[in-house]
Amino acid sequence: MEITDRPIDRVFDYVEAIPGGAVLTTTVDKVLEWGRESSLWYFAFGLACCAIEVLMAAGAARFDLDRFGMMFRATPRQSDLMIVAGTVTKKMAPRVKRLYEQMSEPKFVISTGSCANAGGPFADSYAVLKGVDRIIPVDVYVPGCPPRPEALIYAVQKLKEKMRERVEEKHSR
Amino acid sequence: MSSRIKTELVEINMGPQHPSTHGVLRLEITLDGEVVVDAKPDVGYLHRGIEKLAEMRTYIQFIPITDRLDYLSSMLQNAVYVGAIEKLGQIEVPERAEFIRVIMMELQRIASHLIFYGSMGLDLGATTPFLYGMREREDILDLFEMTCGARLTYNYFRPGGVSHDLPDGFIEKARAYVKKQRERLREYDDLLTNNEIFILRTRGIGIISAEDAINYSMSGPSLRGSGVAYDVRKADPYSVYDRFDWSIATFDGCDSLSRYLVRMQEIRESLNIIEQALDMLPPGRLEYKTPQRLKLPEGEVYHHIESSRGDLGVYLISDGSDKPYRLKWRSPSFINLGALAKMVRGWKVADLVAILGSLDIVLGEVDR
Repeated sequence: MEITDRPIDRVFDYVEAIPGGAVLTTTVDKVLEWGRESSLWYFAFGLACCAIEVLMAAGAARFDLDRFGMMFRATPRQSDLMIVAGTVTKKMAPRVKRLYEQMSEPKFVISTGSCANAGGPFADSYAVLKGVDRIIPVDVYVPGCPPRPEALIYAVQKLKEKMRERVEEKHSR
Repeated sequence: MSSRIKTELVEINMGPQHPSTHGVLRLEITLDGEVVVDAKPDVGYLHRGIEKLAEMRTYIQFIPITDRLDYLSSMLQNAVYVGAIEKLGQIEVPERAEFIRVIMMELQRIASHLIFYGSMGLDLGATTPFLYGMREREDILDLFEMTCGARLTYNYFRPGGVSHDLPDGFIEKARAYVKKQRERLREYDDLLTNNEIFILRTRGIGIISAEDAINYSMSGPSLRGSGVAYDVRKADPYSVYDRFDWSIATFDGCDSLSRYLVRMQEIRESLNIIEQALDMLPPGRLEYKTPQRLKLPEGEVYHHIESSRGDLGVYLISDGSDKPYRLKWRSPSFINLGALAKMVRGWKVADLVAILGSLDIVLGEVDR
């Protein structure tokens, strides 16, 4: 995920050049990332069966994604994370891509279920895209058909790790 | 003051990404101000070519794919497909397996209606019913999980039986669930059914007369909401449904509220059936082994059951090999969706969402 062209990053780069300023820069960026990962608003993109399991069941009382600061949004413009849940058909693929492009940076994608990962049980069908990663970049893949809600929660933890690493990496450059 | 402001018709798209279309349905809506003039459903965004896939898989291999058609009532999809195989192959089913199937099918019907209850609330802007419905649904999923190991896609029915016998402790747990669900239904009524705003938003809205509903070939709760007492379980009994004492839920309001009330009443009827089936369940263990190779005689068969959405049918042609020659699904969601344009004409956009919600469609089944 390329983020260096944001104005705020350029400011931080400038601050870093001043002796002693590096510590401040790192902290602010980490704080920003911490805030971001603690309130991951997800774009519930339910396409098929997985939507029931990882979006509805995971968001409801027993599994309760809200306790991770994750809130369901119905529009890409307010979300940080896109959860692609279900079979992406060839008719739907251009819409998936467009919705991804409508999300504001930085944006992350979790692909849940065998269908979104690689076509799943419908891989030999004429109408199904063999993995959503053919049209949009994916950060975390969750296997299963459908994955259990716990699997999604684990994937979210993995994504948070990845987000932290992203900041570390930027500062080690 | 009699002259009306001249308006122009506007065409807008609803979906395929929209929280209220229950999946990836796209509606082309023609609007006059806020009034819906016409609505054309555009389906196929979830078309996975399932009927074609059936021709490439053996009869047993195709059972897991049926789970993914109507993913809110997978057990019922299993049931209709396996029922068709049994009808054509004249395969006997042990009585214990039949009762287990009925218990599973009715639990699945309740689970599906609980999702309907939640999403109907969500469509009208009430979030709490969703949490209530999902809470009880988890109890049903626990029962399914202890039986066949899966929460959503069960792959449970087999030609001539079921994949696993009921585990120890299932019957007690199921009885406890039935008791709990009866109490919780009163909570649902307090929260949504008797809610004044909910009634205002649904009563007298999205009217389709009994005659029109029959002409549009509607079925299931959406038809029974127009006062037609048609249920495949009574009209053309399959499995062991003729041994239970229950009645068809009908309401004759022909509106969104009636379609909602039918489903709420159906949960109660299903609980009655489950209780009776648990009492009548033949004791002993089910001796059943999945056949590795299954060949059906040449011929064709039509089998239909009452799914949670309506009259669900399978038309199967066999050429004598171990794969279906042709498999056709008569999916109730698709056919009920055909009547949407008739129901929404003249109502506001916000009502369109409520009317669509009251039809309770599942896109997996619509597009197949």
